[in-house]
Amino acid sequence: MAPVRLSALEPLLWGACAVVLAVLPFALSTFQVVQITVFLIFCLLAVSLDLSWGLAGLLSFGQAAFFGLGGYAYAILCANDETPGAALAAGIVAGGVAAGLLGYIAFYGRLSAMFLAVTTLVVTLILLQVLGSTADPSYHIGAAVLGGYNGMTNIPSLLPEPTPFFWTVGGLLFLLIVSGRLLMAAPFGRVLAAIRENERRVELLGYDARWHKLAIFALSGAIAGLAGALFASWGGFINPEVFSLAQSAQVVIWVLVGGRGSLYGAAIGAFLVQAMTQYLGSIGTAYTTLVLGALLVSFVLVMPNGLLPTFLRGLSSIGIRQR
Amino acid sequence: MSDASAPSSAFQNCTASAGPAGKTLLETRGLSKNFGGVKAVTDVDFRLGRGELRCLIGPNGAGKSTFFKMLSGQLPPTAGTILFDGSDITGEPPHRIARLGIGIKNQVPSVWDGLSVYEHFFIAAHRRLGARRAAAVADELLMKLGLATLARRDVGALAHGERQWVEIGMTMAQDAKLILLDEPTAGMATDEVERTVALLRDVNVSTSLIIVEHDMQFISMIAGIVTVFHQGRILIEATMENVLANPVVREVYLGAGRPGR
Ligand SMILES: Nc1ncnc2c1ncn2[C@@H]1O[C@H](COP(=O)(O)OP(=O)(O)OP(=O)(O)O)[C@@H](O)[C@H]1O
Ligand SMILES: [Mg+2]
Repeated sequence: MAPVRLSALEPLLWGACAVVLAVLPFALSTFQVVQITVFLIFCLLAVSLDLSWGLAGLLSFGQAAFFGLGGYAYAILCANDETPGAALAAGIVAGGVAAGLLGYIAFYGRLSAMFLAVTTLVVTLILLQVLGSTADPSYHIGAAVLGGYNGMTNIPSLLPEPTPFFWTVGGLLFLLIVSGRLLMAAPFGRVLAAIRENERRVELLGYDARWHKLAIFALSGAIAGLAGALFASWGGFINPEVFSLAQSAQVVIWVLVGGRGSLYGAAIGAFLVQAMTQYLGSIGTAYTTLVLGALLVSFVLVMPNGLLPTFLRGLSSIGIRQR
Repeated sequence: MSDASAPSSAFQNCTASAGPAGKTLLETRGLSKNFGGVKAVTDVDFRLGRGELRCLIGPNGAGKSTFFKMLSGQLPPTAGTILFDGSDITGEPPHRIARLGIGIKNQVPSVWDGLSVYEHFFIAAHRRLGARRAAAVADELLMKLGLATLARRDVGALAHGERQWVEIGMTMAQDAKLILLDEPTAGMATDEVERTVALLRDVNVSTSLIIVEHDMQFISMIAGIVTVFHQGRILIEATMENVLANPVVREVYLGAGRPGR
């Protein structure tokens, strides 16, 4: 029995999303299918952050690092003739282990929330430096040459055909959101929400908050690792850019724009911001970053809760007025 | 409940000093806490019998909350030991102490503003019970505390007195052996205070209680033995009448111009 019951409408929404994901490739060009696939991969990454930040209040700038490690793990195993399936699993493990280690130090060392934010960012930037300095071919793991800032190319794809790959990514995102929502409503998820609201109170009831935080943080890292592996598979390349400051901030921005805490908001935020970036790039404006920056500032000022919560509140206030 | 007469630790030696309510549940020896140069609690030897209801009073800054925070593991003592229900809990982390059976409501309200009243009770009970039984405990508490109509409301939206009840309710859902309440009636209206007294009497049937209060009316209503803290030490331990009659208490506490609020 879950302490919170999901709205009866929610499974209907899930059904609608499943149908859209299933038929969408038939309505789109191959180019669009490929393009939307990468948006969905970013949705996975955004939702992974929302699980730790939105649900448990653990803000990390390391989501891009877990993503990047997942991508590199996938590329390295593929280059060593492992199957793409095994490489994908390695990506999940890489992200999960990295997050688990950082989380263990932060939570069991009883370090502050600020420490977590700063350390995850620092580790990300260190990874950028380290992988950037592997240009010499002597830096290799088995048959995998890391390639410095040029990164690794010719990474084999999990599924070479665009449409099955789209369905795989879409299906994973669907599964993640549905199971994430169920987790949020389950007792474990409610304890995490309580930790977000007041951790001391949770401990005074006999819960080990450290363990709960570590579990969700590692899970969140593992999902980011999965997204990274899918990303490497999608483009056939990966380079240290994934560990850049811009990338680290990007994930946080997606969740901020969409609104944190619902998982849906994070996915919507990632999709819209990426779609807009893409659009601005395609009409050739030189001011893509500037426009996006202005957009963000206005978001923080006008909709500090993000798109989805603001939208839902708008809906319900209309409902009240009608009564 | 574990048996305090089980052969364990130095704790045994003290059960002989028999108190008003039978075997010892909690004992502190030489308990002290310094904050830099500030001696918040100094050398406190305190004993509470199983099933007892004790009131803790004392002027502002007497060290009552600091004492509670050491008992619940929120602050490590500078010196001394805490024995609870047959084990030494000195320096243990809060969640372990809670599992051994101490529940606490801090002076500063601490609830989960974004969670519903029901969720507060459910989470508190779910630590030791499965989901179904935790839900039953939560429902029962909602009735008992008269919060049933507010069950799905976010606690952040409740009035001050209701928030206090939610927190008291959480300590009840925990099924603790000892509940520490730091100023439970702060900000409550008179009728709310009366309801709280009735509630706590009911709780005391199965649970030992230590209650910090400034409200003299509350203390006389709830009766029980009163321990007076002053400048980090225990000044006197007696019934309310004897405490009130004590000239030293009158001078340092009541004479200090703060009988109640
Ligand atoms: N975290 C802290 N750091 C420094 N000094 C503290 C801290 N907590 C309490 N003190 C000091 O310790 C002394 C005892 O404080 P405490 O809060 O225990 O008193 P109290 O009896 O609960 O008072 P009140 O009735 O006002 O709640 C006070 O002098 C207070 O200033
Ligand atoms: Mg106090």
